Amino acid sequence: MSALIDIRDVTKTYEMGAETIVHALAGVSLAIEGGDYVAIMGPSGSGKSTLMNLIGCLDTPSTGSYVLKGREIATMNDDELAQIRNKEIGFIFQTFNLLPRADAVQNVELPLVYSGLPRRERKARAEKALDAVGLGTRKHHRPNEMSGGQRQRVAIARALVNDPSILLADEPTGNLDSKTGEEILALMDELHRGGNTIILVTHEDELAQHAARVVRLKDGKIISDVRNSVVGA
Amino acid sequence: MLIENLLMALKAIWANKMRSMLTTLGIVIGTAAVIAVVSIVQGFSQVITNEVQNLGANTIIVQPFRPPGKEGDKLGKIVLTWEDGQAVMRTCPSVSVATPVVQDFLEVKFGEERSQYPVIGVQPVFQDVRNYYVDQGRFFSALDETSRTNACVIGHGVLTELKLPQDPIGRDLLLAGRTCNIIGVMEPKGEILGQELDKFVMIPFGTAVSLWGHTVEENTHFLVRASSPEIVDQAADEIENTLRVRHHLRSDQPSDFKVSTQKEFLKSFTKFANGVTYVVAGVVSIALLVGGIGIMNIMLVSVTERTREIGLRKAVGARRSHILAQFVIEAITLALVGGIIGIAMGIAVGAIAAKLIPNWPGFFIPVWALALAFGFSSAVGLFFGIYPAAKASRLDPIESLRYE
Repeated sequence: MSALIDIRDVTKTYEMGAETIVHALAGVSLAIEGGDYVAIMGPSGSGKSTLMNLIGCLDTPSTGSYVLKGREIATMNDDELAQIRNKEIGFIFQTFNLLPRADAVQNVELPLVYSGLPRRERKARAEKALDAVGLGTRKHHRPNEMSGGQRQRVAIARALVNDPSILLADEPTGNLDSKTGEEILALMDELHRGGNTIILVTHEDELAQHAARVVRLKDGKIISDVRNSVVGA
Repeated sequence: MLIENLLMALKAIWANKMRSMLTTLGIVIGTAAVIAVVSIVQGFSQVITNEVQNLGANTIIVQPFRPPGKEGDKLGKIVLTWEDGQAVMRTCPSVSVATPVVQDFLEVKFGEERSQYPVIGVQPVFQDVRNYYVDQGRFFSALDETSRTNACVIGHGVLTELKLPQDPIGRDLLLAGRTCNIIGVMEPKGEILGQELDKFVMIPFGTAVSLWGHTVEENTHFLVRASSPEIVDQAADEIENTLRVRHHLRSDQPSDFKVSTQKEFLKSFTKFANGVTYVVAGVVSIALLVGGIGIMNIMLVSVTERTREIGLRKAVGARRSHILAQFVIEAITLALVGGIIGIAMGIAVGAIAAKLIPNWPGFFIPVWALALAFGFSSAVGLFFGIYPAAKASRLDPIESLRYE
């Protein structure tokens, strides 16, 4: 059986100006099984953001292959990538990225709008997702009426609402105080136990403790890939 | 999806009320101008058409007229005599009746009241030619005409202005020192476009000739009635030929008179109305162009401000077409809001104009003008919204999400 994510010999190069070529990823191969909780770590400039963008189907590799759920992503065009993101990826950002003029339900239902679901069903699923992250009483609050932790919960509900194959979290606690950050991490642990595949991109070792597997990058290459025996049961 | 986009657009516009309002000003002014001018021109057309119908579609006016240019200067004295009019009645088969009309301003007195009025010399057939009849008393008879009696028929406005009794028949007016007996009062006509139609005194044409002598010939024009409205053009041609022969004009000389039918009058009015419409169309297209550029500008600002929003939408699965549609619809909505405000303002201006101008037939806007205003404002939104929307749809999601 093939893995959920199968990345093989992927490189990503950027042309910065006429002469300078930056190798953001210099040959990365990585396989992730469904239901795993993987932390991707590395200092800035290590290529972890580039790898995250590739896994999140926001970008395609320069060379190499990326198969997600049996489908080759590397050769897809923009609109095909958008559809894959819509179906398979749930993003959780450091800065939440909520629409300021929309309330919680409207924010959460956004991916469903682009899947073309009817209004009634969207609302029902958005409310269910908000219940699941413990925001059942805050459904019609706008982001500016909520705390940072509540905002990130809305963002997590939005990431979950389409029932994606991967939850992709980029420094999800970076804008939160440590206590709220812990709550969010606990929520993610819970989601992991519920069967979700989570990929966490961070530079903090403490966060990586929550993951079952830690992949470290440096200069566009994987330098270590270990299982966290403590938590990853 | 369309409803979603529409709601999003309204929300975005509402969130920047002041900015949106200023942006749509060009469109507001453009559509308001269209609606106001169309309603006013329509009103004018109504007034003019009514007037023509009043006058009778088979009425023809023959006036002395010096053609412009060198040819005209060579023609010498330009006069129409009543002999000309009689010849017209004799030789033109399509003409039923004709009356000379001669007019001058005179001081009219009744007791201590006095005022200047146009005094008009006409023949007894005038009533039928003009389709305009006495309300009280009687009109001139053939006897009044031939014996040049000192009788007069007054307009309804004179009655009140000179403080005449309610039944003025038999009273005497002083016309430039000559006593004239009032035999009739014409039916009231009110005023049209600020012109009072009821302030005049009519006397028999013969009396006018004896009053003014032969200078009447220089001020005379004819009102001619064709036998039926269908043969008005034919009658006009006959009159033209008869008078050219009588005035000994060579075929290379222009006519020293003008034969105008109501049809021609309507035609020249239509020309005028079209002229106004073209000028307004020009102004409006500039306003819409400026408005459109304003919308494009504000949409570009909006796209930049909402770069992160666009990035997020793309990240959660919006395709290019989704983003394109969102911003195009926002631009069209913005333009349409302007259009609707403009239409409302145009209606208000048109309605106020209709109130202010007396004898206006009432406020009216044709549906096509509303459709045009709607159509144009949405077209402007579409045209000027496409570029910013295309720019938004091409944004790279990764960079957009990182945008500060």
